[in-house]
Amino acid sequence: MAEAFIELDRVEKVFEVRRRAGFLRRERRQVRAVDSLSFTVARGEMVGYIGPNGAGKSTTVKMLTGILTPSAGRLRVAGIDPSRERTRLAHRMGVVFGQRTTLWWDLPLIDSYRLMHRMYRIPDARYRENLDRLVELLGLGELLDVPVRQLSLGQRMRGDIAAALLHDPEVLYLDEPTIGLDVISRTRVRDFLRQVNAERATTVLLTTHDLQDIEQLCSRVMVIDHGRLVYDGALAGLHEVGESERTLVVDLERELPPIEAPAPARVVRVVGPRQWLAFPASESAAGLVARIAARYPLVDLSVREPDIEAVIAKMLHGTEGTPEPPPDRDASPVPESS
Amino acid sequence: MRWPSRAAEGVRAYRLIAGMWIRSTMTYRASFALTVCGNLVLTGLDFVAILLMFSQVDALGGWTLPEVALLYGLSVTAFGIAHLAFGSMASLGGRVRDGSFDTLLVRPAPVLAQVAADRFALRRLGRAVQGAGVLGWALVAVDVDWTVAKVLLLPVTLLCGAVIFGSLFVAGGAFQFLAQDAAEVQNAFTYGGTTLLQYPPSVFGRDLVRGVTFVLPLAFVNWVPAAHLLGRPYPLGLPDGAAFATPLVALVCAVPAGAVWRAGLRSYRSTGS
Repeated sequence: MAEAFIELDRVEKVFEVRRRAGFLRRERRQVRAVDSLSFTVARGEMVGYIGPNGAGKSTTVKMLTGILTPSAGRLRVAGIDPSRERTRLAHRMGVVFGQRTTLWWDLPLIDSYRLMHRMYRIPDARYRENLDRLVELLGLGELLDVPVRQLSLGQRMRGDIAAALLHDPEVLYLDEPTIGLDVISRTRVRDFLRQVNAERATTVLLTTHDLQDIEQLCSRVMVIDHGRLVYDGALAGLHEVGESERTLVVDLERELPPIEAPAPARVVRVVGPRQWLAFPASESAAGLVARIAARYPLVDLSVREPDIEAVIAKMLHGTEGTPEPPPDRDASPVPESS
Repeated sequence: MRWPSRAAEGVRAYRLIAGMWIRSTMTYRASFALTVCGNLVLTGLDFVAILLMFSQVDALGGWTLPEVALLYGLSVTAFGIAHLAFGSMASLGGRVRDGSFDTLLVRPAPVLAQVAADRFALRRLGRAVQGAGVLGWALVAVDVDWTVAKVLLLPVTLLCGAVIFGSLFVAGGAFQFLAQDAAEVQNAFTYGGTTLLQYPPSVFGRDLVRGVTFVLPLAFVNWVPAAHLLGRPYPLGLPDGAAFATPLVALVCAVPAGAVWRAGLRSYRSTGS
């Protein structure tokens, strides 16, 4: 295995929560946000770090970035103890908090980059080279002189990602980098991250709720729940463990009885001419579509990925019957007849 | 890192961040100009109140108008400098509450400098300028036998006074790690302190003067040095040369304030709140 870049050995984080129990009396309760967590990430790996809300994801990232001090255990990033040498590590890492910009709201985008240039003491030639490259890859050219407050969410996120990479960090922590972005921005951000990882061997740790982020970017997924690592491996394996299913939505020319689909695919819902078929996420949709198209008058179709929460929930709590077909909210192939 | 280089890092980061905030403010020039004028008028009203009192009486606690103006000028100028440099510490609680404090901790710069420079407001310079104006007039109007030592004492007093008030701002900021809505407690000591010092010690009760001398040594911002300049007896019969102990007092304030700050930050990093 390649050199371990991030190392956690039985890391714990215990918070003491005080709660008012009476007029003056207070109850103290210990909350174990991270419980004996051990893993390593090799240099240049791109890892998805997922789990339900409150599972300990952000506590882990805060310990990795030196914001929080672990209660116990050993933690090293690039050989540095983040909580002891916070500023030394800061020069070598980049952080993007998806919902919190670090750019200067009232100033043109370029001003934020000039501050990074000086605060991180980036050599002039390197700064210029990195800025040019990032501006080109992220399409920021026309935005540099625009005050940040006038940027769209997608533009700002690209701006934030560029800011986190100007100083050539060896590791990049991304917290929900595609949240709230439109499809084009999302694709652009993903393409860019893939490229950075490939060209610079930047280690990337990504927390996200978007399964497609992980599918397209990460060869490895870690799932955390109640502060413990419950899965560490390939995404395909997660689908197997969680027995997750994708959904094929087909619109037929007219109302028909449920499609006789080849097992294990099966119809789970019928509304007028529209039918929903569930099939294992590990199988290709192409064969299924071809077989249906050969026998039924197909007008339109779409494939829905399993929801990341649903996959994890299934994995954590075992299979409990067929999942509810997802509510009809996204990617309508035809207008609803109502 | 050794502390001199850390301090240099802090000053450097402070200048960078404060510069960004000044440029941010300047995108709203009219608003900036208005708040500067507003601030000048508001802080000036303090002194108008003193002038009104002196339209009825000749002395306040035995101090004449130029002498009280000297107290006022020393206190307000020192406070103004500290407020300009560290006034933003008061908004730390808000940053902790909304979670944006974490973004400061991932930057390669001392956190204290980043917090102090956060939302740096040049408009606060108005208070120091107004205080310096009154101080200038007072220095012309008072009756002082100027010696080299007395001339040197003036800038030293202003600097040390700023350090004493600055220590209060820093300690108050650290307290907000524990209680995020405690900015008002801090204000009671800082704004309250500077207002108190605008009047001579002789108008206050002995216990209050004791507290302001020995517990929270605000008396060294102006009461003690002014007494030396004017050749008046020190409050509480402090020994000769007490005025020259001011730098020592400033140090005695700054060191614990730094320790309290570090303790607060350590507590934040272990509890995350």
